[in-house]
Amino acid sequence: MSAMPGVVAVNTFREAVRDRVLYNLVFFALMMIGAAILVGQISIGIDRLVIVNLGLSAISAFGLVMAIFIGVGLIYKEMEKRTLYSLLSKPIRRWQFIVGKYAGLLLTLFVNTCLMTIGVAAALFYVSHAFERSDVYILVAVYFILLKLAIVTALTLFFSCFSTPMLSTLFTIGIYLAGMFSTDFLNIGMVTQNPAVKAITRVLYYVLPNFHNFDVIGQASHGFAIPPQLIAQNTLYALLYSAILLVGAAAVFSGRNLK
Amino acid sequence: MTSAAIEIDGLTKDYALGFWRKRLRRSLDNLSLRVEDGEIFGFLGPNGAGKTTTLKLLMGLIFPTAGTARIRGKSIDDVDMHREIGFLPEQPYFYDYLTARELLDYYARFFGFASADRRERVARFLERVGLTAAADIQLRKFSKGMLQRAGIAQAILHDPKVVFLDEPMSGLDPIGRREVRDIILDLKNQGCTVFFSTHILSDAEMLCDRVAVLVDGKLQGVGAPGEIVSMDVSAMEILFELKEGCVLPQDLALATKKTGAHYRAEVPEAQLYATLEKLRGCDARILSVQPVRPSLEEYFLRMVNREKAASHAVEVLAR
Repeated sequence: MSAMPGVVAVNTFREAVRDRVLYNLVFFALMMIGAAILVGQISIGIDRLVIVNLGLSAISAFGLVMAIFIGVGLIYKEMEKRTLYSLLSKPIRRWQFIVGKYAGLLLTLFVNTCLMTIGVAAALFYVSHAFERSDVYILVAVYFILLKLAIVTALTLFFSCFSTPMLSTLFTIGIYLAGMFSTDFLNIGMVTQNPAVKAITRVLYYVLPNFHNFDVIGQASHGFAIPPQLIAQNTLYALLYSAILLVGAAAVFSGRNLK
Repeated sequence: MTSAAIEIDGLTKDYALGFWRKRLRRSLDNLSLRVEDGEIFGFLGPNGAGKTTTLKLLMGLIFPTAGTARIRGKSIDDVDMHREIGFLPEQPYFYDYLTARELLDYYARFFGFASADRRERVARFLERVGLTAAADIQLRKFSKGMLQRAGIAQAILHDPKVVFLDEPMSGLDPIGRREVRDIILDLKNQGCTVFFSTHILSDAEMLCDRVAVLVDGKLQGVGAPGEIVSMDVSAMEILFELKEGCVLPQDLALATKKTGAHYRAEVPEAQLYATLEKLRGCDARILSVQPVRPSLEEYFLRMVNREKAASHAVEVLAR
């Protein structure tokens, strides 16, 4: 029974690979090579900073685009093309299908992110001819990007269980942007005297995913240490938030009539 | 009495329509059926009759508004029941990026077959549906008929006890249709129950132990193809001979055809005795009297028209 999500996950990964989703890596590789050569020529002393900033930001952006645009179609496509009819006539539960789809996309994002990280490392090595001890924080920043993508993927999957790809994209992007500024909601609540606004901003702060904590690109590029507590806190937060969204997605999908 | 492979009890499905989803359209109305173990059961009806809705309910793809169903004694809500069934959806569509071999291997994994068993099984079923030569071609390049064959293979890959086929002949050429008929008969010989929906009546007449006719979501009749039509005798046929110089009354002459030395009159059942009296008056020699049984197609069309007339009458009354 436990193998079912794994079977779906591998197939989802295979679909992404065969749909040439990983072709974006070629573009990324070319961009990193170009940046490394260019930065090596025009920047004095800050070439590492620029490469790491550019590389991590690109990993994050590419990952987000992939998570949203593949994620919103994951369930919808199976329903629209009716491939689900044959699949759900097999002994697989709907929640296992949801978990499998999620794991498959996460696996795709993981492979994609790992390959891009290798690209960043190569560019970094090209400009400075050596790795530093503080470069380990680049890996932490990449890990945080992956955690963020885990939440975003769960969000897209949740929305795609009951809405169209267009709406799911809008919802996910909206929540992502709001989540980037979720701490600002809390600040607004602190300065206002209106109790209703206070209550609403507080609820928004706790309900919206807090993506701000996952952004350590600036620290990593400067070689600043990232506290282990933050690593533990973000890991726990991403696991919990994704799990809640997946439970919601499975609940919605389990009760849905397939047209 | 043999055990039931499928028991359907009062299955009803309403779809909510409109923006506020307040309007309801009944797609399936209180369907009750029992399909015995080892039967080939045909589910007949025009497009939109509720055949696919029934199959989707049985597969757990949609949920009933009312009623229940059991397959081999297990509720349709029980996912483990799916180990014992196979399903071919109408106009099946599969993952474009997989080859036929990969598709079957993917589905076989849900049944926990070991790797070697999977390989052997996939090759065997590809051969059975005539796809061995196309086994390693991506499904995006498959014709409709080839997809149908791949669909049949995935439905029977795990040796199910009950197979549901939604319009299995659709999209197939005459050779393909014959091959599918052979597969269905093979399945029956292996003790499998086959439940298939179709609107190709000759296939149903040829294959089915029993059929059910569904029109506008309502069950119109169930029985063996010969039996179901005999319940609905439309007329009586009288075969007779006339002596030289005898003349038939004009009304009877109009309903009579002459073939060689014999005359054949087809009259409504209610007028049988009156007609026989008239023939006696003409000194005719009665050779045989037998009911005229409609073909399954005639029966089917009459059921459809009757249901349409009834729903039209309801609409008129409602106005």
